[in-house]
Amino acid sequence: MHLTSEEQALLNGDSGDAAQKAMQILETLGRIYGAERMIPIRSVQIAGVSYANLGEAGLEWLSEMAEGGGRAQVLTTLNPAGMDIENYRALGISEDFAEKQRRVLSAFEAMGVVTTCSCTPYLFGNLPCFGEHIAWAESSAVCYANSVLGARTNREGGPSALAAALTGCTPAYGYHLDDNRQPTLHVHVDADIRDNPDFGALGKVIGDRIQSESSGRVPTITGIPDASLENLKSFCASIATYGGVALFHIPGITPEADCYEMPDERFHVSQHDLDSGKASLTNADAEEVDFVSLGCPHLSLREIQRVAELLEGKRVIKEFWITTSRPVKGMADRMGYTAVIEAAGAKFATDTCCVVAPIEGRFHAMATDSAKACYYAHAKNHFKTRLLNFEAVIQEALE
Amino acid sequence: MTLTGRTIFPGKASGEALVSRMGISFYGGVDPETGVVTEAGHDLEGQSIAGRVLVFPSGKGSTVGSYVLYRLKRNGHAPIAIINETCETITAVGCIIAEIPCVDQIPISEFATGMQLHVDAEQGLISFNGDCVEC
Repeated sequence: MHLTSEEQALLNGDSGDAAQKAMQILETLGRIYGAERMIPIRSVQIAGVSYANLGEAGLEWLSEMAEGGGRAQVLTTLNPAGMDIENYRALGISEDFAEKQRRVLSAFEAMGVVTTCSCTPYLFGNLPCFGEHIAWAESSAVCYANSVLGARTNREGGPSALAAALTGCTPAYGYHLDDNRQPTLHVHVDADIRDNPDFGALGKVIGDRIQSESSGRVPTITGIPDASLENLKSFCASIATYGGVALFHIPGITPEADCYEMPDERFHVSQHDLDSGKASLTNADAEEVDFVSLGCPHLSLREIQRVAELLEGKRVIKEFWITTSRPVKGMADRMGYTAVIEAAGAKFATDTCCVVAPIEGRFHAMATDSAKACYYAHAKNHFKTRLLNFEAVIQEALE
Repeated sequence: MTLTGRTIFPGKASGEALVSRMGISFYGGVDPETGVVTEAGHDLEGQSIAGRVLVFPSGKGSTVGSYVLYRLKRNGHAPIAIINETCETITAVGCIIAEIPCVDQIPISEFATGMQLHVDAEQGLISFNGDCVEC
């Protein structure tokens, strides 16, 4: 692998311990995956922020990198933390956890990382351009950046994303190269795809199929006439969770779809496939639900406006979390949505989400419109789930 | 006998091999306090990777696994070296941040648990059956 003299100097430790460790990580990954060189990047999104996932070891390493002089060289934003930084007590998060979570965020701040604490950085200020090289972690955001925006990133982990931030570069392999962005599979959808549960279930059906065959596949998907930003973020989260997919194309919707020829290999998704996929994510009855959560990925302002419309003058009777980013919450405050939602008894869980907050075993069954949230509810938190559309989720909280 | 592979992280170590035929998920699959493999149904379930030359085909699971290797190193329960068939991001990054010698592109079917292995990850060399230039 060819390194420039500047990159070699970082590897030699000329710019401090943290930059040296960062370059060791990138140079090794470059060798493993056959990169010929490094490429400059414009932005980074770091995952591995919740203390519940990092543990003491992750915190120690981040602190060591901060003390070793690590400093972000490009715009670097952060995934959700394990708690709402301001409102954690109302969510039942312990003071001990809060203290450790704050130390994690302090280490990132010391390195110049913007503590956005959100999985939707593209909604507020970290919005890559078409064709731009970036180094992002957070599988749903990676899939969104590659597919919907046409930016170029591999699926980074926490340390490799931080390493890219501290050096401003990443090895040129995988989805940074034209050849690996070509579709390898044509998926035709013969089913009615309208709302987030439809898109989420479609992500699961395609994801399951791809996962059981081989990873690293790029599907081109036809038969989807229309998709909103909110539908696409839900779909990206699902297909990345269930299939490890980092890039897909949809003709008429995503920007690179027409750049490539349609692959020969093809499979269909029928209405029956979609319905079975959706049904597989509901294993609780309505009366079992004791936790209602919207915002996986984090809610957009438009979605929060809709929550406020549906909750106006009503009263929820179940624990109901609205998970979103701090900037979107700020606009919801200004627009009066927050006041309406809180008056109805729902809680904002800003900066965090139902996947990374330490809520394992706290609830019995969760209602959500997110297929990704269902996966982690089962696998990590041991909740049963009900996958419903947006309006039905809110109705569930009221009954 | 000596096999030649690819350096992932440099360093030298000699010790007893612990060999798995299965992928290892360090996050959720290994106790970060003790180094004991906890994944149900794993061929190393119940055994400790601490102080051993850990041999397995490839890593799997969450990228948080890299931090588990770092934590094991800090608390003295890390493997002394790692040998893979194909190293992937989680194990590679874990070895780099924890400074554990690591070599891949080695045909691991040559190894069995209990063998004495000499790992020279500077050169990417694995020696065994007493055939070691330095011992």
